[in-house]
Amino acid sequence: MKGKLTLEDGSIFTGDLLGDKPACGEVVFNTGMTGYQEILTDPSYCSQIITLTYPMIGNYGTAEKFNQSRNCFANGFITGELCDVGSNWQKESELSEFLKDKGISCLYNVDTRALTRCLRSAGTMKGIITAADAAENECEKLMSIPLDHKTVDRVTTPEKYVLENDGLHIVAMDFGVKRHMLESMHERGCKVTVVPARTSAREILELKPDGIFLSNGPGDPKDVLDIVETIKQLIGKKPVFGICLGHQLIALASGADTYKLKFGHRGSNQPVKDLRTGRVYISSQNHGYAVDEKSLERLPFDITHISMNDGTVEGMHHKTLPLFSVQYHPEASPGPDDNTYLFDEFCAMMKKGAI
Amino acid sequence: MPKKEYLKKVMVIGSGPIIIGQAAEFDYAGSQACRALKEEGLEVVLVNSNPATIMTDTHIADRVYIEPLTVEFLEEIISKERPDGLLATLGGQAGLNLAVQLSEHGVLEKYKVELLGTSLKAIKKAEDRELFKETMQKLGEPIPESKIVETVEDAVKFAGEIGYPIIVRPAYTMGGTGGGIADNDQELVEIVIRGLKYSMIGQVLIERSVAGWKEIEYEVMRDSGDNCITVCNMENFDPVGVHTGDSIVVAPSQTLTDHEYQMLRSASLRIIRELGIEGGCNAQYALDSKTNNYYVIEVNPRVSRSSALASKATGYPIAKVSAKIAIGYTLDEITNAVTQKTKACFEPALDYCVVKFPRWPFDKFVLADHTLGTQMKATGEVMSIDRNFEGAILKAVRSLEIGVHYLSMEHVAEWNDETVLKKLALINDERIFVVAEALRRGIADIDKINEITKIDKWFIRKIKNIIDIEKRIKNEPLTQELLLAAKNKGIADRSIAEIAGKEMLEIRRMRKEMQIMPCYKMVDTCAAEFEAATPYYYSTFHAQEDEVQPSDKRKVVVLGSGPIRIGQGVEFDYCSVHSVWALREMGIEAIIINNNPETVSTDFDISDRLYFEPLTPEDVLNIIDKEKPEGVIVQFGGQTAINLADSLEKAGVKILGTSVDDIDRAEDRERFDELLEETHILRPCGESVTNVADAIKAAENIKYPCVIRPSYVLGGRAMEIVYNEDELRDYMGRAVKVSPEHPVLIDHYMQGREVEVDAICDGTDVVIPGIMEHIERAGIHSGDSIAVYPPQTLSARVIYTIVDYTKRLALGLNVKGLMNVQYVIVDEHVYVIEVNPRSSRTVPFLSKVTDIKMVNVATRAALGHSLKEMGYHSGLVTPKPYVALKAPVFSFAKMQDVDISLGPEMKSTGEVMGIDYHYSRALYKAITGAGMNIPTNGTILFTVADKDKEEMQQLAKAFSELGFNLVATKGTAESIDKMGIAVDIVGKVHESKGDILEMIKAGKINMVINTLTPGKTSAKDGFKIRRSTVEHGIACLTALDTAWQVLRVLSFMRERRLVYTLALQDYVGGGDDLA
Repeated sequence: MKGKLTLEDGSIFTGDLLGDKPACGEVVFNTGMTGYQEILTDPSYCSQIITLTYPMIGNYGTAEKFNQSRNCFANGFITGELCDVGSNWQKESELSEFLKDKGISCLYNVDTRALTRCLRSAGTMKGIITAADAAENECEKLMSIPLDHKTVDRVTTPEKYVLENDGLHIVAMDFGVKRHMLESMHERGCKVTVVPARTSAREILELKPDGIFLSNGPGDPKDVLDIVETIKQLIGKKPVFGICLGHQLIALASGADTYKLKFGHRGSNQPVKDLRTGRVYISSQNHGYAVDEKSLERLPFDITHISMNDGTVEGMHHKTLPLFSVQYHPEASPGPDDNTYLFDEFCAMMKKGAI
Repeated sequence: MPKKEYLKKVMVIGSGPIIIGQAAEFDYAGSQACRALKEEGLEVVLVNSNPATIMTDTHIADRVYIEPLTVEFLEEIISKERPDGLLATLGGQAGLNLAVQLSEHGVLEKYKVELLGTSLKAIKKAEDRELFKETMQKLGEPIPESKIVETVEDAVKFAGEIGYPIIVRPAYTMGGTGGGIADNDQELVEIVIRGLKYSMIGQVLIERSVAGWKEIEYEVMRDSGDNCITVCNMENFDPVGVHTGDSIVVAPSQTLTDHEYQMLRSASLRIIRELGIEGGCNAQYALDSKTNNYYVIEVNPRVSRSSALASKATGYPIAKVSAKIAIGYTLDEITNAVTQKTKACFEPALDYCVVKFPRWPFDKFVLADHTLGTQMKATGEVMSIDRNFEGAILKAVRSLEIGVHYLSMEHVAEWNDETVLKKLALINDERIFVVAEALRRGIADIDKINEITKIDKWFIRKIKNIIDIEKRIKNEPLTQELLLAAKNKGIADRSIAEIAGKEMLEIRRMRKEMQIMPCYKMVDTCAAEFEAATPYYYSTFHAQEDEVQPSDKRKVVVLGSGPIRIGQGVEFDYCSVHSVWALREMGIEAIIINNNPETVSTDFDISDRLYFEPLTPEDVLNIIDKEKPEGVIVQFGGQTAINLADSLEKAGVKILGTSVDDIDRAEDRERFDELLEETHILRPCGESVTNVADAIKAAENIKYPCVIRPSYVLGGRAMEIVYNEDELRDYMGRAVKVSPEHPVLIDHYMQGREVEVDAICDGTDVVIPGIMEHIERAGIHSGDSIAVYPPQTLSARVIYTIVDYTKRLALGLNVKGLMNVQYVIVDEHVYVIEVNPRSSRTVPFLSKVTDIKMVNVATRAALGHSLKEMGYHSGLVTPKPYVALKAPVFSFAKMQDVDISLGPEMKSTGEVMGIDYHYSRALYKAITGAGMNIPTNGTILFTVADKDKEEMQQLAKAFSELGFNLVATKGTAESIDKMGIAVDIVGKVHESKGDILEMIKAGKINMVINTLTPGKTSAKDGFKIRRSTVEHGIACLTALDTAWQVLRVLSFMRERRLVYTLALQDYVGGGDDLA
């Protein structure tokens, strides 16, 4: 079935529709050439429409082991070619079946480069996926659906759960955590207790963790100011490490500000400079918001990492407290594993001792 | 880390002549590096023996030395120039090996030259098999079980331990020379013997074969601050077993999960860090298609062919960045030249699919073994870009210029099903066409083909997608939907027409009516994430937006020359680049269309706009439709571009320079004869025939010996000399398909002195920058002859006549631009053999030695500027006071079963130049630079044809007087004996124990002088002797003229200082008092 993507500014991109479900969401693009399944199952994309710039997607099918969360929370998926039969020994199902299973509306055979150029110059915006011949009023109605601001609640774990281990005990606040983040800590011998996003500071501290981990997650950090309050109560009590949304929430909790980027950073090739060593690492990123550098100036934070592309803040460390965070994804999946050293740093920080 | 400020002068070593395994990619890398260094204010000293390169242009480096790439010459240059640093990782394996030698000879230390970039230790760690193995074991990176051996016995013993199949790789060679896969003891012994011979250090590695696994490559960069990135990964269509230079390669990888991609990426980073490479590096892996197991196959600690490909595939200039790293910068300090905003410290994201397809010389070397293995055989390659694999592979196929335009070969289509199935199992240059044929006939499905070939099912399925559309085109009406689907899968108009039984122009018209036009997209390193400044484009039908906006400036299209092949090498890329530069100097927007990733012309900052597209009428016309240029220049892109002129003109495109009609007058036999009659110029008598009977009649009239060739040829393709009717019949039946559309030309073969002239004409005046005289008599292809500038033996009268004829021909053909003429001189009479109204192979050589920017002047002439206004007068330019020789270089070691004897069919792959004030030293340099292994003493074997015996006597005498021992076959020996010269008789091949072959094998012969003897057995024996000289690395001269020159060099070597160097700038600028 022929379909189309209509953007808020009226731009239209045509393609073929998989399934017949219309979709609405913020349209973002990711430049990673591999890892479509990891991207699709990254809860940070909740309620967004994901565009992949690499034009041939689905080449190696999908497999359960690559899922990064229990579901696929994106609202839509846009690609160039959608490979009908993938080829890889690990393949369990085709990408098209996977998308159907997860109920993701997919528009393929799209000129994703044209779409990316459009988003790059105009910024990310709302868009709708419909049938090519969808009635105008139907489109208007879809377009008028407000963007979801409760995405964290949709993706966080409903119940607390534990990844048992003998080592350090980490309580991970799940704002939409990617599985490999938890695995990265677990692999380092840590016991990880994953708690729902709205868990109170008291409950968390009662678990007697060695450290607290604040996960990635979808949306604007300012949508969850109540969680910011929780974090305020945790800072200084235990070593804290935050990634992505977790990083932004630490900033807000410390009195800094966040802002929305024009089209965000999404891809597996994002260079980040560690200002402490001068070394540059390639990172996997997925964020639409960033911490305002200026707002950190008068706060007791050192900026530890910046993006080589636009100089935005990618990591920070508290001057005195065992507290640090990064904007990008050291756990990779998808993307390069240049930055796993940050998990080691977190472990070292926890070992160095409680406060 | 900032630049090393103490560096003021840096020496760059080029890769020397083009040979299989080391081609134009190093001119591209070297030129880019030199420009990057100059950009930093460094003085650049460049050494390369290959004049047909952009890097040896005097504006690319401050000091250009076109000298032999040997330690002796390099030391001399170093002592003269005293560079602070040496950059050797951009000159291919040749450059790297030289750096190692310079260091081992203590030259670097003596003159305090810092080796820049990757250290020697790192180079050795990567190149020395044992050290490499240790390093990988330390890292825990898996490598196939292997052992270094120095003897055949050890090889066999180890094979017994690990079992077959086994791969043999010689240490320190390029292009896999001397390697191979063995399935049993006998094969192993054979390959190991050869491998030991080719290895610089007499070692070969024997290892477990992982043939059939996926072959994956990564291009990695590292700086002195230990920042590492991967520029690109690539997946070979052909599984492990085929040399990557002979594999179809796609970028990025297509069938790897993110986990697999990152697993190998991380391994690459670990490896480059452990080796301590500073600059570019290439890592190759074998990945099992059924598990996550992998092996590291090879690491190249330098810029390579793959890095040139990766640069073009991504837009990331690896050579430039490597050069900057070498002088101290770190990746985060280097600007991304494409975006101009971001830094070089990132990993390119592709939003398209790239396919590289090798170009093999099997059209020239018909008898060569077409099997592909670990020894590279391709002379060049094409690259293509599209938004899907189908589009990219089909673009690549039609860029090859092998007479196919989709995945169908005429002779493959004629095979029966059984043959097709049988051929599926063969690994050769036709495999992809056989796979397509099997799918087309439905005689093997995807699973079965995968089982036989081990090619990943993903690729096979993509080919099937193309076949499925082909079937629809064949069976259904050509609706808009179908045409669009066909174009989406990249099927050319010509192929659609052929399959549907229509005309190509009809499809084009239909397509235009239906508004099915390609969109053009940009290669920007970042998948459109950032705005990019690079004008580097490709077409796709699989899109809705054309993002390329034509400018309203005055603009001209220059057609490139496509893949490097025998007969059309890097020289033509040199010309295309210079034409582009000339246009830009004139303020005209220069648009280049080309498909060769190895070249300078496809570097993104050479032209104003680069379209990386096939050079076919459809692809070129689509660009012209879009850009609407003032005209197209075809005279610099070799026969590739010339062949397009006619269809472009018919489509209403203006051809700038010499008109299509005049080109035809030079190429069409009858029209050319008319011209000669009008201009009163003689040529060897000849006729054009369209059938065998006429050919025999013609030959009788003309008199044997005759030169025969099909019309419209380049590089003497299928040209032969025949001495009698039998040979003529044989040729007509074997080498050509004669027909009224494809006439065959028969000329009397005149064994005189051959002369070549390149001239520039504006329609009024004719400038002749120089005349080149060939050392070898006519009959040996001009590309395979040693040529000397200025001529050494021609009388003033002959030179006058040549100049006069050249003027008449240029004016008679209304040449606007370049023209190349070949003459033969017999008894002081000048005959014209051939006129090419386009730039020739000798233009770069002549431009360099005469200091006349021939292509620049010709481009201006083609655009209507007069030679007078450029300051040139009609006639021959006064010759320079020095001598320059151009010597051919062959790649026979890579091509088994190819006869090395020289003839009218071109066989060389590259060339070197020797320049000096003394003829003999220039000759010495040319011969040394060409790598000819001339012995200074020892034994010379003579075995010549009867017709050559008289002349050979004098030659034998002269060699004997120089103290050489002579051996000869019986007939030849008798003839030498008559002169009273001592000679030993040696048994003919298999005549007795201790025959010629055994003597060569035993190292008892140091040079062979052999001329082609007619007759089947003699021919076969001669072939065996010549081949065995190749296998054993000894010089074999197949023309007596060459032998005389070698003699001259040998005499010279005893009398004079051998090593003398001078920069090109000094030669052309007036000389050197010390000379």
